[in-house]
Amino acid sequence: MLYRRYLGMLLKSQLQYKASFIMTTIGQFLVSFTTFLGIYFLFSRFQQVDGYTFPQILLCFSTVLMSYSFTECFARGFDVFPRLIRTGELDRILVRPRSVVFQVLTSTMDFSRFGRFFQAVLVMVYAIPASGVVWTGDKIITLMMMFLGGCGVFSGLFVLYAGISFFTIDGLEFMNIFTDGSREFGKYPLSIYGEGVLKLLTYVIPIALFQYYPFLYLIGRTNNRLMMILPLVGFLFVVPCYGFFRLGLSKYQSTGS
Amino acid sequence: MKKYLSFFRIRFAAGLQYRTAAWAGISTQFFWGFMNILMFQAFYRSGQNVFPMAFEQLTSYIWLQQAFLAMFMTWFYDNEIFDHITSGSIAYELCRPCDLYGMWFVKNMAIRLSRVVLRCFPILFVAALLPAPYGITLPHSAEGAALFLVSMALGFLVMIAFNMLVYISAFFTISPMGIRILITSVLEFLCGAIIPIPFFPDWLQPVLYALPFGSMQNTPFLIYVGHLSFGEGWWAIGLQCFWLIALLLIGKMMMHCALKKVVVQGG
Repeated sequence: MLYRRYLGMLLKSQLQYKASFIMTTIGQFLVSFTTFLGIYFLFSRFQQVDGYTFPQILLCFSTVLMSYSFTECFARGFDVFPRLIRTGELDRILVRPRSVVFQVLTSTMDFSRFGRFFQAVLVMVYAIPASGVVWTGDKIITLMMMFLGGCGVFSGLFVLYAGISFFTIDGLEFMNIFTDGSREFGKYPLSIYGEGVLKLLTYVIPIALFQYYPFLYLIGRTNNRLMMILPLVGFLFVVPCYGFFRLGLSKYQSTGS
Repeated sequence: MKKYLSFFRIRFAAGLQYRTAAWAGISTQFFWGFMNILMFQAFYRSGQNVFPMAFEQLTSYIWLQQAFLAMFMTWFYDNEIFDHITSGSIAYELCRPCDLYGMWFVKNMAIRLSRVVLRCFPILFVAALLPAPYGITLPHSAEGAALFLVSMALGFLVMIAFNMLVYISAFFTISPMGIRILITSVLEFLCGAIIPIPFFPDWLQPVLYALPFGSMQNTPFLIYVGHLSFGEGWWAIGLQCFWLIALLLIGKMMMHCALKKVVVQGG
């Protein structure tokens, strides 16, 4: 399959500069490790937040981080999309006989993000037994759903980011609120930020659909099985984002360089 | 001196052009500040009497952090400088009749200050209007305010003096990306940008205060909110002076070594 070819090629090319690759990966690991330490220090002082224990929070933190870093690695092309427009690379993409999305996805991948992913795996390995959850089949499925739903919502956000860059590249920093922000603040169950924020992150940017609600089911605060499939609803977020991207693409006029 | 002043002016004026970006930045920072406050509020709601500082002090700290982010942000570097070093155009820079260290130092000051000037006032203004525990309060005393200003200036200079070490290290490593991300993540944590230093475990705090990272944003902000008393503030400022001089000397020395061995390959 063509995608696998691209994957292999990009992986090989990034491994060419071994020292730099390893250092960047360690750096990515450290970035998230300091976030982890921040949580740890706060909990060693306060013990609990809104009744959530430290291992429970880690479960939440690691799921969000895992899906974020996974998406960031493979959807990196949308993250650096403004560059494709600026350099005229997009024009080349448009004349090739493959779909735009496929080509953007395969234009770049960032494997050093696995430093973060690895961190998330480590934390999760600790949190799974420590969180006190009885791991029956439905809980395992819920956890996987959370990961998948997370990948869906984050992909949607990256595509949306790329879509906006068709119209402006000046105010793009604003989008960091949603991408970096949801990673940073998604480390705690979203309810701790209060009712208003939770509503916003349920109905507008559906981060709570894969983070907060299924998490409640996971730790046994609710027995509503509906919460298990909410991450899949979150996955639907990709659709309007992709629609917006298409809209931008249809309005696209090359800079002609 | 005059030439450095004009370098400063040029960079400062260039930085002021990015107004839309500034608005995007202001809204981002406002959002981050607010989410941070809500997060800490959850902790304050559920913990009992284990707070290193009052909630009002913490919110002031967070708003200061957001308003003056551009002065103390740890991930920001002038890519032009790295390009000069890796591409070899450093040769042109060396031809200029002025000290490279001083020129880069001034340029970095100008970029960061131009961003702060655009961003800090709207954030501080809105933060001041917010109701009691969420907004920013005035410094708790007039002496505190004076110390805060001195300490801000020193912290800013320490930050840039530290940045300079990273720039100069690119002479030795050529590919600066790896080192940069390593240093940024460690620095971000140790200077108190992720959680304020008073929230660290008690055994770790003295170490962090003593390291140069504690002399950046930590000192002025803690003076402002009154976490450091007047006397402690003077000590902290003394430490800032020490680190500023130390980092300047180390930077100058590294630059000297680097320029001795720098080879620009034709072309």
